[in-house]
Amino acid sequence: MMHFLLLFSRQGKLRLQKWFLPLPERDRKKIVKDMTTMMLARKPRTCNFLHWKDLKIVYKRYASLYFCCALENQDNELLALEILHRYVELLDKYFGNVCELDIIFNFEKAYFILDEFLMGGEIQETSKLSIAKSIEASDMLQETE
Amino acid sequence: MPAPIRLRELIRTIRTARTQAEEREMIQKECAAIRSSFREEDNTYRCRNVAKLLYMHMLGYPAHFGQLECLKLIASQKFTDKRIGYLGAMLLLDERQDVHLLMTNCIKNDLNHSTQYVQGLALCTLGCMGSSEMCRDLAGEVEKLLKTSNSYLRKKAALCAVHVIRKVPELMEMFLPATKNLLSEKNHGVLHTSVVLLTEMCERSPDMLSHFRKLVPQLVRILKNLIMSGYSPEHDVSGISDPFLQVRILRLLRILGKGDDDSSEAMNDILAQVATNTETSKNVGNAILYETVLTIMDIKSESGLRVLAINILGRFLLNNDKNIRYVALTSLLKTVQTDHNAVQRHRSTIVDCLKDLDVSIKRRAMELSFALVNGNNIRGMMKELLYFLDSCDPDFKADCASGIFLAAEKYAPSKRWHIDTIMRVLTTAGSYVRDDSVPNLIQLITNSVQMHAYTVQRLYKALLDDISQQPLVQVASWCIGEYGDLLVSGQCEEEEPIQVSEDEVLDVLEGLLVSNLSTPVTRGYSLTAIMKLSTRFTCVPKRMSRIKKVVSIYGSSIDVELQQRAVEYNALFKKYDHMRPALLERMPIMEKTGTNGPAEIVQTNGETESTILDTKHLPNITQPASQANDLLDLLGGNDVVPVIQTTVPTKPASAGGELLDLLGDLSLTGGPTPTPAPSVPMSQPPFLLDGLTSQPLFNDIAAVIPPMTAYNKNGLKIEFTFERSNPNPNIAVITIHATNSTEADMTEFVFQAAVPKTFQLQLLSPSSNVVPALNQGSVTQVIRVLNPQKVRCYCEPRPHSASYRSRSSEISPFILKHLQ
Repeated sequence: MMHFLLLFSRQGKLRLQKWFLPLPERDRKKIVKDMTTMMLARKPRTCNFLHWKDLKIVYKRYASLYFCCALENQDNELLALEILHRYVELLDKYFGNVCELDIIFNFEKAYFILDEFLMGGEIQETSKLSIAKSIEASDMLQETE
Repeated sequence: MPAPIRLRELIRTIRTARTQAEEREMIQKECAAIRSSFREEDNTYRCRNVAKLLYMHMLGYPAHFGQLECLKLIASQKFTDKRIGYLGAMLLLDERQDVHLLMTNCIKNDLNHSTQYVQGLALCTLGCMGSSEMCRDLAGEVEKLLKTSNSYLRKKAALCAVHVIRKVPELMEMFLPATKNLLSEKNHGVLHTSVVLLTEMCERSPDMLSHFRKLVPQLVRILKNLIMSGYSPEHDVSGISDPFLQVRILRLLRILGKGDDDSSEAMNDILAQVATNTETSKNVGNAILYETVLTIMDIKSESGLRVLAINILGRFLLNNDKNIRYVALTSLLKTVQTDHNAVQRHRSTIVDCLKDLDVSIKRRAMELSFALVNGNNIRGMMKELLYFLDSCDPDFKADCASGIFLAAEKYAPSKRWHIDTIMRVLTTAGSYVRDDSVPNLIQLITNSVQMHAYTVQRLYKALLDDISQQPLVQVASWCIGEYGDLLVSGQCEEEEPIQVSEDEVLDVLEGLLVSNLSTPVTRGYSLTAIMKLSTRFTCVPKRMSRIKKVVSIYGSSIDVELQQRAVEYNALFKKYDHMRPALLERMPIMEKTGTNGPAEIVQTNGETESTILDTKHLPNITQPASQANDLLDLLGGNDVVPVIQTTVPTKPASAGGELLDLLGDLSLTGGPTPTPAPSVPMSQPPFLLDGLTSQPLFNDIAAVIPPMTAYNKNGLKIEFTFERSNPNPNIAVITIHATNSTEADMTEFVFQAAVPKTFQLQLLSPSSNVVPALNQGSVTQVIRVLNPQKVRCYCEPRPHSASYRSRSSEISPFILKHLQ
């Protein structure tokens, strides 16, 4: 299972944080700081995997945002890259050519989409269409009440 | 009170702040507004305020005063409120907060809501961060939803169940009935989450595992459909249909097939199919192949499949994509133990990866290279590894150096090569070498006796170049101290000998003592080395006084260790000068206890004589057995009479011979007791009793067999004294004393002994091989005999060759035989 998923900018500003394990606030802050430092120190053409404590860290840079997640030992790293990519695709579909500003100003929507895609550190839906439909319906519900 | 500003506006405002202080000010102002708004219990804008609070929380500011507000939002009827409320709960209200449990009731209500999206929110929140108490309370609801026909809810309920099981494993049983027809779903979301649920259950409980093994055919079918089915736009990723589901199924198959022949058999075909048919041009295909390889390696697959898997990994190694190379190296590392030969085929590719730019890949390649080193490829591999050591980052050097040492020790083709390799490591990565390698290296150097001159010469030259690398300096000082005489004598077979004088050597060592680069430990080594050279070098008064001066200076050193050494050495010069040569003489070869394993009966410490003895006595072992049989027949069974003939060995062919019961199986009395055997004259007592019937007068450990004279003829008398070895009472320690009452010394005295197979014999080296004349001294030698079955035995001389020549005497071997 995934332990956490973080999105942060090239300046190290956090844009989204999803924790699938209970951790005290202080530990979370420390982890965010560690991840940020590690990712930003990586040279451009190195591989996307790291070892940190007993977890595998998978990260990918999309434009100005770093997407970073932590996996357990038996999880498939190559698939994690696909998971991150799928999330970006979902955001792209929803916002239309998503950029960092979209995520800054609509962070709650980014969370809602993530919650339709992942739960408890696992994938809950593999169909892009299905997720898009659920979000649309939820938004509609919000509009009409 | 004006309406609170919108979220968008807040974000925009905060982003205009140019300094951290400005931002903080804005945030504090807004927080104050939000707090007063909360106090007014304003329902309309609560949602907006909490959203703003969550934004500020993400920037790193405290937001705990919004926790209760989240609860209120969750309890609201509006979907908008619930959405933000649950989001706030997930961000602010993890199970460590006291307020957490208050959510339980709200979630329970929402799980039964009429709108599926509300139910979805509740399930999501519970499944991401529900505490154990909440899970216990709400497990029933989740289980109910697991059986619903609504696939949107069913998939969420499945993952929620996974979370419940993780938090409260005892509740696993509860979800078992609901899993019955999970796999017959068409909906991929439900399928995927069901496989996750099944995986979690199988991982946690062996009973569940055996229960779910029957699902293997169904899983295989689903996987097959995914591969064979045509293009499905909904689930397609670069031409592959639902890779996420495929990988999850492969993972479940791995768990189900592990250790089970039938299941593994059932999945062989599909695994082969996936392995050969998957597109490898994109990352997606490789992700599936990777999972397939992991599965093949873990289950009981047939060898053809395993070879296929390793070949896939080999192909991965050649891929341009770094991630795939990394993954391949990691997997190969896991399989190298079990499928060593197959991995060896890819050795050259792996070694090439040492030159990769990526740090993670280099590390994996290094670990794998060490795992692949063997006797055949050691030379080639070592060249590559040494090159790698030269050029790698400092983080790697320590591990690489240790790895090289280990590999060199195991597979060194020659001593010279071994020492050269060590020298290379010390000179290139000297400061990164681990502390324990210094003693290990020293031990290795002492053991290669022929290489001493070469080694000390090379180390000396290395010291002249560079004294900053402490392990190198320490080993070098030690060697110069030990073998300084070889160094100055200019004898070196392996390479051109250098001409160096004693004074130059002392200069170098003194240089080490005063240098700022030397650590206290290194200084200690050099001081001791200088001291040792006082005996190795020729005893010129100027040199001795120089050494004495150095030693006395350090008698007042601040470093306690150095001071102690110097003071002691000083005392050695002053009061104990007669002992100095003996104390400082060449070290004997050190036994390595660790890696070779303790041998039960170790051949002795390198002395050549005993080894000759031992090899000689081996062929004798078989013969005594046949001779013993005859005597056994004559003597009969247990109740025997130990007939002792002490001094003169009579013709051994006769019925008596010398019979000594050396190792009675029970304890033995101190003195002799007369036996009922009639005809043999009991001249001298020390025969040993038939311990079967006597009362023990001493306890076993202390039982001592009285000494006896084993041979006394022509002036040569050999006495045996016995005792039991203290730690191991099965070992008898026999000490032989040989004395010579003739007028001429007996030279080349050699004692041999043979034992039957059930015994083990260890002959330690004799004190000397000259037995001085006229009983002026004796030669002693210790023999250890291990009698694991505590069988009684006796000793008799070999029937023939009883004579000896006066100059060289060879005692006929004593044979330990056993009765019955």
